[in-house]
Amino acid sequence: MRAVLRRLVPRSLLLRNLLGVVAGLVVVVLVLETTSPFRNSQFATMSYYAIAAAGLTVLTGLNGQISLGHGALMAVGAYTTALLLEGGSVPFPLAMLAAAAVTAVAGVVVGAAAARLHGPYLAGATLALAVGVPGLAIYFDGLLGGEQGLSVRSPRPPDWFADAHYFLTAGELGGAKYLAYVGWITLLVVVLLLANLMAGRYGRVWRAVRDDEVAAELAGMRLGGLRILAFVVSAACAGLAGSVLAMVVRLAAPSGFTIVLSLSLLTAVVVGGLGSLTGALLGSALLVFLPPAVTNLGTGAGLTGVQAAQLAPLVYGVVLVVVMLLAPGGVMGLLRRLWRRGINQGGST
Amino acid sequence: MQQFVNITLNGLSQGAIYAAFALALVLIWRATRIINFAQGAMAMFTTYLALTLIESGQSYWVGFAAALVAGLVLGALVERIVMRPVEGGPELNAVIVTLGLFVAFQALAAILFGATFQSFPAPFGLRGFTVGEFTIAFTPFSVFVIGSVLVVMLALTALFRFTDLGLRMRASAFSQEVSRLLGVRVGRMLTLGWAFAAVVGSLAGLLIAGGNLVHPAYMDAVIVYGFVAAVLGGLESPGGAVAGGLITGLALSYVSGYLGSELVTLAALGILVAVLLVRPRGLFSRVAERRV
Amino acid sequence: MRRPGHRGLAIGALATIAALLISSCGAGGRPEDGEGGGASDVGVTAESVKVGAHFPLTGVAAPGYSEIPTGTKAYFDYVNANGGVHGRTIDYVYRDDAYNPTNTSQVVNELVLQDEIFAMVGGLGTPTHSAVLDFLNGEGVPDLFVSSGSLLWNQPGKNPQTFGWQPDYEVEGKIIGQYVKQHMPDAKVGLFLQDDDFGDDGEKGARAYIGDQIVAAERYAPGNTDVAPQIAALQAAGADVVIGFNVPSYTALSQLTAMRLNYRPQWIYSNVGSDPALVGSLLSRFSEGKVTDAAMLDGAITTEYLPGVDAPENPWTRLWQKVWDAHGGRGELTNYRIYGMSQAYTFVQALQAAGPEPTREGIVRALEEIGGELRGPAFVPYRYSADSHAGLAGVKVVRIEGDATEDLSQVLVTGNGDTEITEYTEQHAGPPQNGIPNVQPAS
Repeated sequence: MRAVLRRLVPRSLLLRNLLGVVAGLVVVVLVLETTSPFRNSQFATMSYYAIAAAGLTVLTGLNGQISLGHGALMAVGAYTTALLLEGGSVPFPLAMLAAAAVTAVAGVVVGAAAARLHGPYLAGATLALAVGVPGLAIYFDGLLGGEQGLSVRSPRPPDWFADAHYFLTAGELGGAKYLAYVGWITLLVVVLLLANLMAGRYGRVWRAVRDDEVAAELAGMRLGGLRILAFVVSAACAGLAGSVLAMVVRLAAPSGFTIVLSLSLLTAVVVGGLGSLTGALLGSALLVFLPPAVTNLGTGAGLTGVQAAQLAPLVYGVVLVVVMLLAPGGVMGLLRRLWRRGINQGGST
Repeated sequence: MQQFVNITLNGLSQGAIYAAFALALVLIWRATRIINFAQGAMAMFTTYLALTLIESGQSYWVGFAAALVAGLVLGALVERIVMRPVEGGPELNAVIVTLGLFVAFQALAAILFGATFQSFPAPFGLRGFTVGEFTIAFTPFSVFVIGSVLVVMLALTALFRFTDLGLRMRASAFSQEVSRLLGVRVGRMLTLGWAFAAVVGSLAGLLIAGGNLVHPAYMDAVIVYGFVAAVLGGLESPGGAVAGGLITGLALSYVSGYLGSELVTLAALGILVAVLLVRPRGLFSRVAERRV
Repeated sequence: MRRPGHRGLAIGALATIAALLISSCGAGGRPEDGEGGGASDVGVTAESVKVGAHFPLTGVAAPGYSEIPTGTKAYFDYVNANGGVHGRTIDYVYRDDAYNPTNTSQVVNELVLQDEIFAMVGGLGTPTHSAVLDFLNGEGVPDLFVSSGSLLWNQPGKNPQTFGWQPDYEVEGKIIGQYVKQHMPDAKVGLFLQDDDFGDDGEKGARAYIGDQIVAAERYAPGNTDVAPQIAALQAAGADVVIGFNVPSYTALSQLTAMRLNYRPQWIYSNVGSDPALVGSLLSRFSEGKVTDAAMLDGAITTEYLPGVDAPENPWTRLWQKVWDAHGGRGELTNYRIYGMSQAYTFVQALQAAGPEPTREGIVRALEEIGGELRGPAFVPYRYSADSHAGLAGVKVVRIEGDATEDLSQVLVTGNGDTEITEYTEQHAGPPQNGIPNVQPAS
């Protein structure tokens, strides 16, 4: 069975990843076309969490730098998008690229500061980043809309896309579905790029820095530069994620980028399985699908709305603790263990 | 002039509160090398216990003592049950567990005690002292706050510097294996570290709550500023934590009073980054950059 | 996964897992394509009408606000127990957004697409509700009685489905400003403002009358509970009247801080922030500790547009008490709950006006036609018409005396911008006998 699989899969890494992405795209189309508009909107939400979490995986999983401030970087991307789309003359893919670029520049600054810090000091600085940056939007309320934020023009599907969609599926393309497509195509592109990056030279170097700084430095690596680079890559992803968020939520406001957002991203990365892109995606799915499921269970069990709402964070917190205690490798670690056990059993019979 | 004096005094009493919180973080850091993000939520929980007692007719001091004892027990339990498996593992796992605890405790408090504002009494007056014809922003309760923080700071310094117990706690945190070989009961030291830290944290919770409003999320802001204070002070020394707290409190009070309340969080970021860029391990770290 | 070669596979595998995940939780199913008019509309069945709302039930904004939907629900339950509206019961679903616009957009998606609500009733908050304004109007969902006094909800051209409810902050600011100008012409006025549209609109209204009297305007960032620097600045500027556009917790905080500084101006709080019962209970609790003043809010000036728990003999309050005793859950009747019940009352009126076969279009049209004539718990009428979706037209100025309030002015009404302030003389009628409105279908 495995031999057959191996023969079917191309040798080249890039090709293999491409193949995976195309398969992913097919599944995305299938899933989005067969689920309700509400599920579509949940997938749109999941896509921006996943884009940011994938970027954070590079930083935290590969390079070993903790960041409690990625929500602030998402805010940079979201506000950039909101400002560019305001006039209506900038096409949204351009705004997304610009958001990624601007956030990458912010990432250079933050990364340069972060490269000097370790452990709790880095955690503290990025925590302050997460809490501090939304304050900028309130201070520059003339430009950035203050507490109320900037409303964002959500892109409408262009005619060719809607036509192609109708041709393929004979269904109308709703706004939520279109945004879900935008989010997931972005996500697949990001995953493709990051998967190649992680498998390539930089991935190895980053892992080396994470595992043993001194050895890496002795081997002639420039630690500072490498750390900053990891931060920039991860920031660009956060910027893209912020851009998608702004278009899905139709608003960039300070209260959307609280510390809770930053902590959720870290949660997704760790619960999914540190260092694995797939894990980041699974973690993001948990962020989106768990709270409403718990709330609905709560109301179903006869709790009032207020009590049921408080049940969601309770379960969320308990899940975090339990996953870390029972499966510190996250969901991916668990799956890997099961996979190996399966192979061993298969080999013995 | 009166405004300046008041803003300064207010900064000092706020700073003392951040310092109390930073002291708890420092204690846990020195004892277990973990940053406890659940500190604030645990303190909130014990403060609610105190409030429940006080509302049932007990005196303030009964509630106060009960909260500290509850903190001791809670800290020990959390270490024994939840933290033990992740200690010594990857740093991030411990961070995530404390974040999970933070979220869970807050939700639990909202379910048990309700998500409404409640006022928390203070044992001393809340009216400012009068100096000449002016009333200054310094109350008998502020004196109590600052006094308590200084006492805790001195006690912790003494613990770590002069007692055998403190030495064993530091050794366990520094190297579990070596300490074990030397006959230190490492597990007990770690539990003790968490228990003590939770007591100091509960104290911080009570001091913040006194004469103020509590709700399940009332410690959120303090968590951030207390953390900033602890990192400023270098995480190692109780004195550093208190200095870090006072610097943070004063700076934020000036920013809020003269530049605008919306800039406070940005100012916290600015101060922290500025200090860390010059001294990556905080203002008061004596340890040189340790490699390997 | 250690070997990079598996990554491409992993992505495929992940997608399969995702597909499984969906099929396992896709219980909601696809909504029927019942949109586009017809006799009855989305969310309306022969037995029930489903409406929804978003509120902060968890997090920093939850205290207080999370009580509003419990009041709304209690009143709907009361109406349902008495036969409903045109034979239909009202099914009320409210979801938590933790006052975070990102969450709001998710839960409103859930309400509209999954729960398939007929209308939104009383969604709370300016930044939160702004995030869903386009979506609700794009989907054609009536977005009734937003729980916020922002001016954003009154844009019938751009947002034809959205209606405000409470008096907007500018109207309140104007009425307070005029009162200060008439009764305290020599006072030096300080403003204590929440740093968002609440403070901004209130300031705009007040400045229209007392721009020359204002000596300081201090803003606090919501969430930062240390307001001593702001109060110290007001004191230093010599303000002897302070007008606060702030939420109740900040009323308590400003009072505590002022006590610490021995600062005793004449306090004027906007209606949102005064809630004498709530603030009073917060502050008097300290007296069991060591604070000696029992009722610190005594003598403060505020505004009112609804009879609240401070007037237990008012027939409306008696009705709310009856409803809460019969259908409420844990806790006391509070002004937040009365707010929720009053909104629910207005919705019942609107639903009656929409006729026996309500449609989304119909209820909006009915509100535009007869909304201005509706009378209910509020002292003043709504400003609803085809050109205006603004809520209640005014307030009266009152002084807090112990547990009750004393009127300082007539009921005053006005509009936005240069509209003059006029007295509203119509007698405020009590509730109908059975506590349920009886509005005839419009047109």
